[in-house]
Amino acid sequence: MTTPDVRLGSWEAVRLVAGREVATKMRSKAFIITTVATLVLLVGFALVMKLVSSGADATIGVTRDSSTLAAPLKTIAGQLGEDVDVRTVDEAAGRAQVADGSLDALVIAGADGKLRVVVEKDLDDTWRNALNVLAGQLVLNKEIAGLGGDPATVRSAIANASVDVEPLEEPYPYQSGQLVLGIVAGILIYMSLLLNGQLVAQGVVEEKSSRVVELLLSTIRPWQLMAGKVLGIGLVGLVQMVVIGGVGIAAALGLDVLSISTSAAVGTVVWLVVWYLLGFITYSLVFAALAALVSRQEDVGGVITPALMFVIVGYVIGISVLPSEPDNTLAAVLSVIPVFAPTLMPMRLAMGGVPVWQAALSVGLVLALIPVLVWLAGRIYANAVMRSGGRVKLIDAMRPA
Amino acid sequence: MGDGRLEIDHISKRYGDVVALRDTTFDVRAGELFGFVGSNGAGKTTTMRIALGVLAADSGEVRWDGEQVTLDTRRHIGYMPEERGLYPKMKVGEQLVYMARLHGLSTKDAKRSMEDWTERLGVAHRRGDDVQTLSLGNQQRVQLAAALVHNPCILVLDEPFSGLDPIAVDVMSKVLQDKAADGIPVVFSSHQLELVERLCHRVGIIRNGQMVAIGEVDELRSGGADELIVVAPNAEEGWAAGLAGVTVRGQEGSRTVLELDDGVDDQTVLHAALATGPVIEFSRRRPSLTELYREVVTQETEEDAA
Repeated sequence: MTTPDVRLGSWEAVRLVAGREVATKMRSKAFIITTVATLVLLVGFALVMKLVSSGADATIGVTRDSSTLAAPLKTIAGQLGEDVDVRTVDEAAGRAQVADGSLDALVIAGADGKLRVVVEKDLDDTWRNALNVLAGQLVLNKEIAGLGGDPATVRSAIANASVDVEPLEEPYPYQSGQLVLGIVAGILIYMSLLLNGQLVAQGVVEEKSSRVVELLLSTIRPWQLMAGKVLGIGLVGLVQMVVIGGVGIAAALGLDVLSISTSAAVGTVVWLVVWYLLGFITYSLVFAALAALVSRQEDVGGVITPALMFVIVGYVIGISVLPSEPDNTLAAVLSVIPVFAPTLMPMRLAMGGVPVWQAALSVGLVLALIPVLVWLAGRIYANAVMRSGGRVKLIDAMRPA
Repeated sequence: MGDGRLEIDHISKRYGDVVALRDTTFDVRAGELFGFVGSNGAGKTTTMRIALGVLAADSGEVRWDGEQVTLDTRRHIGYMPEERGLYPKMKVGEQLVYMARLHGLSTKDAKRSMEDWTERLGVAHRRGDDVQTLSLGNQQRVQLAAALVHNPCILVLDEPFSGLDPIAVDVMSKVLQDKAADGIPVVFSSHQLELVERLCHRVGIIRNGQMVAIGEVDELRSGGADELIVVAPNAEEGWAAGLAGVTVRGQEGSRTVLELDDGVDDQTVLHAALATGPVIEFSRRRPSLTELYREVVTQETEEDAA
């Protein structure tokens, strides 16, 4: 009788399990559809932003007699944050264009210097203000000239007058571009942790409910099976995140939608990957252990919900507080606590202004927690995964069968 | 190098207050088909799970070839769990290659072995299909292939025949006999005692976690007393009652079943029968495994009750 040499190293076993997970997930329709859909959404969003931000907010016509108003009108609109396209037209043609909608308004200077504005139905408040300021300037110019002064000199003197701001604390300049980046980072990491964490839980229960786990455990150890599953699914999620994050940032920078430096963008992607890995390992170990307690797919949701709440709470606090108040104290404190850090910290890091010690501390704490989780999850998983039937109590799973 | 025996040595296992196995001991020799029988809950599955290491025993040892079974040894065992299990959404071929790889085969060997076994078990045309799309009978064949695909040196099969159609039973029987003929120990549990009797060299009967009978099928059968069947149409009721060393087991019409004590000459009985008139049938019969099993199991239960 011959005994074939069938030595199988621990890591070889983990690699085989992980390889199966990768192959299965990469080919699954759900994975391909989510990835492509997210990419299409991101690029589409960038394109829409591009289209919206280019082009004028309003088109306003001025008559030939009042064509000198074009320059001051543009200046005033600029101060109000609006972009205006000013066209010089005949009065009759202008009225026709207002009527057919190609002009938003037609400005006519009367013989007495009073401004009349022709609109289709109504003039929106922003433009009413802008034109009122314009009318005010015209009156002011006339008065200055009447008093023997030079309107241009007065205007430049007014333009140069401003207050000096003296801050008591050095403020961090949060740019709107980086806030958007933070929100997108938050959504990405939240979705990844949520989806991939649940995939791990479902995978564990799939093996348990189909009973294939008994066959697997007759040749490999429970921790090898769990580690392989977590690593395999984690790797697929990582690739997905890098592709989505990379394409998203490239699209945003390429289309000039995000006004941030390339280094900030790259930094965000790097931090996103780091925090995805840390967060995924932390949560999926917990999900795997909890999922091993039940035997049916229907029960997975119930058993992992308590752990899922940490992901959701962190994300909800982040997305609702940080965009308006990036230096919120509660968010800052939570972002250092390991169970909330994976969703909150990457958002804060993308928005910028995180002290180095906070970033380092939160990474350090998660790194310290992971070995504890590996031990705990490995123990619960090994003790519970072979017990089929009803739900295994967590306390029972801490003891061997 | 030992003798290639699989030894289950004084295994005990409790689940809380319930004793599942008590000093269970038996061995399966190389080249032998060993039938493991017992009622539901007697401890067959627990014993097999312990042998495969998916369950830890409280005490006792499982040895193969004279050495304690470790994870490395277990990779040489072909196992068919009572609860059938395969990935429902994985293709038959890929699944078998994966199982073979997990048992340490190289990709090339795993693939070749998968092709061999799907061919031999008649599921070659389903290699590219998900397991869940197969009929139950074909899933069983794939399950058997999963137990064999890594060329095991030991086979441990829990209820391999349950749910198989007659053709599949023949295929399974042939495979088990071939594997035993290759010189490896093969142990399987079954409730189909006629099948066990026909296939197995030796049989072990387990009851309430204890082995109550182990031995060759013939040996066990000869342990029970021989029976004599006499068909004599003209015999009246009680015709054999007075014969020394003869117990009447039953009489239905012309058919009488007798049990003879050791050393009693059956020719005396024949003479007595002929005295009543013609004798159409006169035969000795050994108890079947089923009868033996029933006897052993009920006898012990009565003892327990007493």
